[in-house]
Amino acid sequence: MKKLLAGAAMALMTLTGGAYAGDYPDRPVMMMVSYGAGGATDFQARIVTMTAGNEDALGMPIAIINKPGAGGRVGWNWFATQAEADGYTLAAYNIPHFIAQSIKGGVDYSADSFEPIANWGADPAVFVVAADSPMNSMEDALAYAKENPGKLTFSGAGLFVGHHIAALQLEKAAGVKMAYIPTKGGGAAAMKAVIAGDVLAGVNNLSDAFRAREAGNVKILGVFDLERNEFLPDVPTMKEQGLDIDNASVNFRGIMVPKGTPQDVIDKLAATVPEMFANAKVAGKMKAGGSPMHIMTRNEVKEMWAAREATLKELLAGL
Amino acid sequence: MEFIYYFGNVFEPISLLLLIGGTIGGLILGATPGLSPTMAVALLIPFTFQLEAVQGLILLGAAYTSTVAGGAVSAILLKIPGAPANIATTLDGHAMAKKGEGAKALQLSFLASAVGGVFGVLLLIFLTPLLAKWALAFGPSHLFWLAILGVTIIGSLDSASVVKGLLSGCIGLWLATIGFDDIMGAQRFIFHPSLGGGINIIAALIGLFAIPQVLTMFAKGRQGDGIEVIEVQKHAIKDAVRELLSRKRAMAIGTAVGSVIGLIPGVGGQIAGLVAYDQTKKFSPERKKFGTGHPEGVIAAESANNAMVGPSLVPLLTLSIPGSPTAAVLLGGLLIHGIFPGTDLFDNHPDVAWTFINSMLIGQVLMCLFGLYIAGMAAKVAQVPQSVMAAVVLGLSVFGAYSVQSSMGDVYVMATLGVMMFFLERFGFSAAPLVLGLILGPIAEANFIQGSMIANATDGMAPYFLGGGLNILLIAIVVASIAYSVWMELRQHRITNTPQEETLV
Repeated sequence: MKKLLAGAAMALMTLTGGAYAGDYPDRPVMMMVSYGAGGATDFQARIVTMTAGNEDALGMPIAIINKPGAGGRVGWNWFATQAEADGYTLAAYNIPHFIAQSIKGGVDYSADSFEPIANWGADPAVFVVAADSPMNSMEDALAYAKENPGKLTFSGAGLFVGHHIAALQLEKAAGVKMAYIPTKGGGAAAMKAVIAGDVLAGVNNLSDAFRAREAGNVKILGVFDLERNEFLPDVPTMKEQGLDIDNASVNFRGIMVPKGTPQDVIDKLAATVPEMFANAKVAGKMKAGGSPMHIMTRNEVKEMWAAREATLKELLAGL
Repeated sequence: MEFIYYFGNVFEPISLLLLIGGTIGGLILGATPGLSPTMAVALLIPFTFQLEAVQGLILLGAAYTSTVAGGAVSAILLKIPGAPANIATTLDGHAMAKKGEGAKALQLSFLASAVGGVFGVLLLIFLTPLLAKWALAFGPSHLFWLAILGVTIIGSLDSASVVKGLLSGCIGLWLATIGFDDIMGAQRFIFHPSLGGGINIIAALIGLFAIPQVLTMFAKGRQGDGIEVIEVQKHAIKDAVRELLSRKRAMAIGTAVGSVIGLIPGVGGQIAGLVAYDQTKKFSPERKKFGTGHPEGVIAAESANNAMVGPSLVPLLTLSIPGSPTAAVLLGGLLIHGIFPGTDLFDNHPDVAWTFINSMLIGQVLMCLFGLYIAGMAAKVAQVPQSVMAAVVLGLSVFGAYSVQSSMGDVYVMATLGVMMFFLERFGFSAAPLVLGLILGPIAEANFIQGSMIANATDGMAPYFLGGGLNILLIAIVVASIAYSVWMELRQHRITNTPQEETLV
């Protein structure tokens, strides 16, 4: 029913799209998002695929199907084991989540189970404190952590997700022990814990933290990325503040297909999907929603997956 | 009073059309088993891409309001609660429908929904800054005690005996542990791939409530030649209004509990209806009638779950934190138009903010009007012969369970739980306490683990969980609730001095 309605909705929006001359795709395409409706991944997936029906894109609409559960494991397990590799079933990926989960074990997939198509967004993790916190820089936060080992509580959205990776990197780089508090209910619950003062600090998504700062609720002390972000030009990176932290925790989002999808379909998608992401209407909506875009082609994503896997294996080795 | 200034926007032709369309659509979606308010709103999001920000939000607001109320239709007529909010409605609502009072139950539920809903939205309009503080006051330790308070009502909820209630509550608590644990990352009781994500609450609701009924209907076979058609008594709306006015206590308790609990992020929406039902029962002199088709049960449950709608949006609108899954979807609807909830919303887009809130206010009234109209027709459902009914409900159940996450796994879970519940019901167990356990388990567990992690890093367990005004207040309510139940149980034993009779049908 949901699939039907979503399809109908997309079809309605793209009535002007018309049929495409090529063989693929000749019917609407489905894209699985392994997080619930309303989450950041779902929200962004809906925006970046909204022009799929245009002549210059796929010529067919993409309908979003949500299969949430267990931090994305349910959806990706389904995608690796049950999705048909015919090009009509796509999925959204979240790096480092699914790679970290596959390293930790207990799932039916690894980076080799999927073929990347293109990357649309990069949402770095940031370090936040409540607006009324006495901490004003990473230096303040780490000074507190050094004086009170293991007592600096900071929240994040669960284990083996970008926030957790960032937390591990921070503890390692600063050589201090802190108390990472994983929350149930994703980034929103972790942010609530910071604003309400349940914890002293938190790791959260840049996009959500940016919004919370606009609302006057938090201060952002540092970005876990290689460069400053266009949304937060005034916030320094961790490296600038003397911490040796790279972009391993950045939440990359993009589209992938199951292994075994015909090569010509992969080639067609790899050629058109980055163009579709680059559409001005898409970029406008993403910017308005506070979601940083970062378009990467299939080959760039392949390299990024491989690099990420190596870093994460090393970081998670001790856990 | 700023909101009055923006009332005009709601009555612009397109806005009003969307409001009416959203309300009717929402009622229908809400009445469909398995389509929860969250999903109904999510389904509408793509349509709002093409609309102005204000119009999009009017559509979403109207749909949210009316799906919550629409859930009462399937809860009363089919005993399938569309969402956790409607569980308490089934207890007396379906019993009323069985007595032929389906029309009356529906009318009462829509009227109570409207009163509770309008009150909730008025709270949102006038007390938002204050409510925001209250919503933030609940940390992990408080949420833990709140969940424990919920556990204390398990025993007395819709069961033949307290022991059986507690036992089915425990089964629910165990079921809640299945799946990946988000906090510790452990895998628990995953005997089958379908259970990887844990037990979906909507699929469980459908299985536990609807399937035993279907099996019972099939088990009867054709022995009655389908003559077991229930006469539906016509019920005038003005009688329903009079009835509602004579049940002010249920109305007031339901509305108050719904507004207060609905505000708490992550918890409120799911248990507001059940807590309100339980409190109304405890304060009622006719407490014996609850569960047998007592109008107060329907009134309390439905006023509570609609009173929750307004306050549940407070954390989203003021702090930009979605406090419920539905609020998360609404957040997407705002962001797509480049509007950030929080100060930005009220300072820079007051037209959007207030038109949205006003549309929910008017939506409540429209929902009531259309709902009353539907009540007249929907009661005819009871005239369908049982053999046909069983097939229809079974079909809807499979469809509803599948549509939650487009997953066959949920259908298996629904069917398994349903068959299990059928046999448990033979032994006098009932579904409501089991579901309550299923809902409260994760809340209590997650907050206890989180709280203990924070406590161990800071002041230690005892001061963290037992100190502070709010903790002490909640603990006092928990103790009072247990003491009251024990006292009632003892008194009953002294009077009757015999085991309680099986009241199940």
